Amino acid sequence: MDDNTDVIQGTLDMLILKTLSLEPLHGFGVARRIEQVSRGVFKVNPGSLLTAFQRMERAGLIDAEWRQTENARRAKYYSLTRAGRRQLGAETEGWARRVSAVARLLNAEG
Amino acid sequence: MSLWRQVTRGARVLFFRARADADVADEVGHYYEQSVAAHVAGGLSPEEARRAARREVGNMTVVREQVRSYGWENMVGTFVSDLRYAARRLGNNPGFTTVAALTLALGIGASTAIFSAVYPILFESLPYPHAERIVTVWYAASDHGRALQSFGNYREVAARSRTLDAIAAFKTWQPTMGGAAEPERLDGQRVSASYLRVLGVRPALGRDFDAADDRIRGPNVVVISNALWRRRLGADSTVVGRQLTLDGDAFTVLGVLPPGFESVLGPSAQIWGLLQYDEALPGSGREWGHHLQAVARLRPGVDAARATSEINQIAHAPVPEFARQPGSFMDKGMIVDALRDDITRAVRPGLLAVVGAVVLLLLIATVNVTNLLLARGAQRRGELAMRAALGAGQTRIVRQLITESLLLALVGGALGLLVAAVGVRALVALSPAGMPRLSAIGVHAPVFAFSLIASTVIGVVVGLAPALRASRHDLHGALQQGSRRTAGGHGFTRGTLVAAEVALALVLLVNAGLLLRSLDRLFSIPPGFDPAHLLTMQVQIASPQRYPKDADFNRFYAAALDVVRQVPGVRGAAFTSELPLDGADISTDEYRVQIDMGASSSSAEATELGQAAALRYAVTPGYFEAMGIPLHRGRLFDDRDVAGAAVRPLVVSESFARRAYGNTDPIGRRIRLGGPPNRPWDEIVGVVGDVKQASLAAGETEAVYATTAQWLWAETPLWLVVRAQGDAAALAPAVRKAIWSVDKDQPVIRVSTVDALVAASEAQRRFVMIVFEAFGIAALALAAIGIYGVLANSVTERVRELGVRAALGASSSDILRLVLRDGMVLTVLGIVAGLGGAAAASHAIVTLLYGVPRLDPIAYVVAIALLTAVSAVACWVPAARAAGVDPAITLRAE
Repeated sequence: MDDNTDVIQGTLDMLILKTLSLEPLHGFGVARRIEQVSRGVFKVNPGSLLTAFQRMERAGLIDAEWRQTENARRAKYYSLTRAGRRQLGAETEGWARRVSAVARLLNAEG
Repeated sequence: MSLWRQVTRGARVLFFRARADADVADEVGHYYEQSVAAHVAGGLSPEEARRAARREVGNMTVVREQVRSYGWENMVGTFVSDLRYAARRLGNNPGFTTVAALTLALGIGASTAIFSAVYPILFESLPYPHAERIVTVWYAASDHGRALQSFGNYREVAARSRTLDAIAAFKTWQPTMGGAAEPERLDGQRVSASYLRVLGVRPALGRDFDAADDRIRGPNVVVISNALWRRRLGADSTVVGRQLTLDGDAFTVLGVLPPGFESVLGPSAQIWGLLQYDEALPGSGREWGHHLQAVARLRPGVDAARATSEINQIAHAPVPEFARQPGSFMDKGMIVDALRDDITRAVRPGLLAVVGAVVLLLLIATVNVTNLLLARGAQRRGELAMRAALGAGQTRIVRQLITESLLLALVGGALGLLVAAVGVRALVALSPAGMPRLSAIGVHAPVFAFSLIASTVIGVVVGLAPALRASRHDLHGALQQGSRRTAGGHGFTRGTLVAAEVALALVLLVNAGLLLRSLDRLFSIPPGFDPAHLLTMQVQIASPQRYPKDADFNRFYAAALDVVRQVPGVRGAAFTSELPLDGADISTDEYRVQIDMGASSSSAEATELGQAAALRYAVTPGYFEAMGIPLHRGRLFDDRDVAGAAVRPLVVSESFARRAYGNTDPIGRRIRLGGPPNRPWDEIVGVVGDVKQASLAAGETEAVYATTAQWLWAETPLWLVVRAQGDAAALAPAVRKAIWSVDKDQPVIRVSTVDALVAASEAQRRFVMIVFEAFGIAALALAAIGIYGVLANSVTERVRELGVRAALGASSSDILRLVLRDGMVLTVLGIVAGLGGAAAASHAIVTLLYGVPRLDPIAYVVAIALLTAVSAVACWVPAARAAGVDPAITLRAE
């Protein structure tokens, strides 16, 4: 647990977009997926995650949809919109550029 | 797309808050359940799984709050709840709210009303194109300042001046319009053909006057106002060329003025005819009478100073083409005034004084609201500290307080608008006769906005002080304030503000007192006649065709007098051409008088002539008796003085006799009043007491009386004066009926008691005084509220200290004195500060004072006594409460 790190500032949206690009998911599903794929490195705060959903939904990056679950409960599922997909592409590109730049800097120093 | 989503999602949350909250709760709940399920699937027992899930999700309430707080709609929600809370706070404290809102309303309303009234009069440009180029042209008269023009001199200036685009002459005209069922007397003007061109107006219908028509025996043509056209002519668009019957003659309508035309030079004028004077300028005619006003339009690029110097040059350099009559005042020079300055000259001092008064009142109101908010802020320190301790951020508290101040300002502003609307109406109703541009007065939106914003900003800034103090770290100290031991430093600020209020109130009260005493002095001046039980009205001959000769005029008036004297309750009656204190411009009736200085009437006489100017009255016998003007020497007019007498008898006033003859007896001396210089001499037969003609404040007016029958021409209208046995006003219907029994078609107008005319003659001073008194009383009340507020607050804060004092043996009268002293110290400090202010402010109203020195001790003493008494009462209430403090209770409350 102590090895868990909060999601790097400013990357939560990108992680959400990436996760939802695979399939529509509800909030916990997204959190669990991020945790699992990052092998437990990133831990998502549910408050931040659900707020991010609100923001991204209003920005038109994702759509929300209530679905009935098997145990007679409502669950809110999120899916990527076309704008969200474009946004994901742009953010991935930007991220890759930044990572390689940082890596170059670190290598130069080392 | 995203903006659309922002708006719709936010609006949905705003309007269906409960459903949105349920959605969030569902989503968070689902998250938790999924987490539990995942842990169970991972092999934990349900109990352990739930614990792990709780650890993972955290406090669900906090998560829900976090998600809920996203979105712009929350700002709106906060604002609405702030507003609701503010309304509740204000509602819970009705005393504070009422006083603060009423104070704001008074300040905002009064200042808006006054500025709304004053702005169009003093500052707004007149409603004519290039109004800044319109000027009036007067003679410079030696003692009256400005005198009216004669037609002859007007013509000379019009022909010779190069700085004027156009110049026009005009006089008032009150024709009676017949033809319909009821004859109606209209207000209008006789003007030269250039009049409308000078003002820059063109008729909306028909055409302007033609210069060719403005000649003696020219065609009878009129231009009418839009209002008259609608009211009497049914807004008929084919009215041009139609005939109107005016004073029994047919006049052709030339044009109708546009609806927006405002007749600044004759506010009630509805009809305009031509002067049609004789261009040949006969020496004995009205062409040389000084009875015309002149208005001109400067050429573009010419300023008033250049026009003044050019016109004066013309005045001082006669040329042979323009022969002048001896005694034409032109050689004394001319005065050129901007039109706006001209029409406001008389009312400017009064209006500026009123503006000063309202600024003082606004200051007092602002100080009062500031004080109230400060006191309230101090009371709320505990509450605010509590909210801060419970986690309210500084911005949240500040926003809350601003909301409160704004709400208060809004309520105050709404009430203020009401006060302003009523106030403007009251001002127009109260305004003295001769106030220009009344029709342009209305609530002035920019001024209202300004005073609203000013007081709001002050409220917000002041309201913030306690918020900032509370949200600064010192929560502990603030929460402990339950037991305040001393009045804090803010008590000093508030004390200073109260003293300032007292000072400002004193300034208003002293000046109100000075004006009140001036009016008192004025009304105690004897007018030279007995105004009590005196009824007056104007009787006009409106159909001259029925009375073709001068003798016919006189016969009508004599017959009217005969029947009026028969009316029961009438003790005496007479006609006069001029009525003292009737509010008319006296320069119209000033005549030059030649005085025979030597005993001989030889050819050397011209060098021995004295020149003088005097007011001329044409009266019927019985005038002096009816008015109660005392005879000092000689005889009064009687039935011997009829037309055709070889020597015309004159009665002169005491001051005229003194100036012309010193101590020698004037009876039997010869003078010449009016008319051509070679007329036979008139003879003085009597000397009567002086009468105030223009105003009570004006100096002695030299006057010469002739009988109407012997005057140079027959005049109409004449003033009828009726001395009544009892109530003068009650006689009016009977007198009017008596006149109409002679000829029912002749109008009887301006019926009034002389008492009312005398009061109206000081209308401007009275108006300013009423405003000062009203504001003074308001200021007194506000100052009292201020003192009361500060003391009551300090007693609340010092309850423990007072309890200790009482426990240690201070008697309740000791405590009473202690608190009273605190209040009275503020009052005295304020009064001391106010004395200087009052003395300085009285400079501004010095022109309105009469017979009272600027530093009149009585006005000061009375104002100070009044202020002290009121503040003592305001102090007494909290002091009595303090004296009633029970030491046992206060100390136990610790």
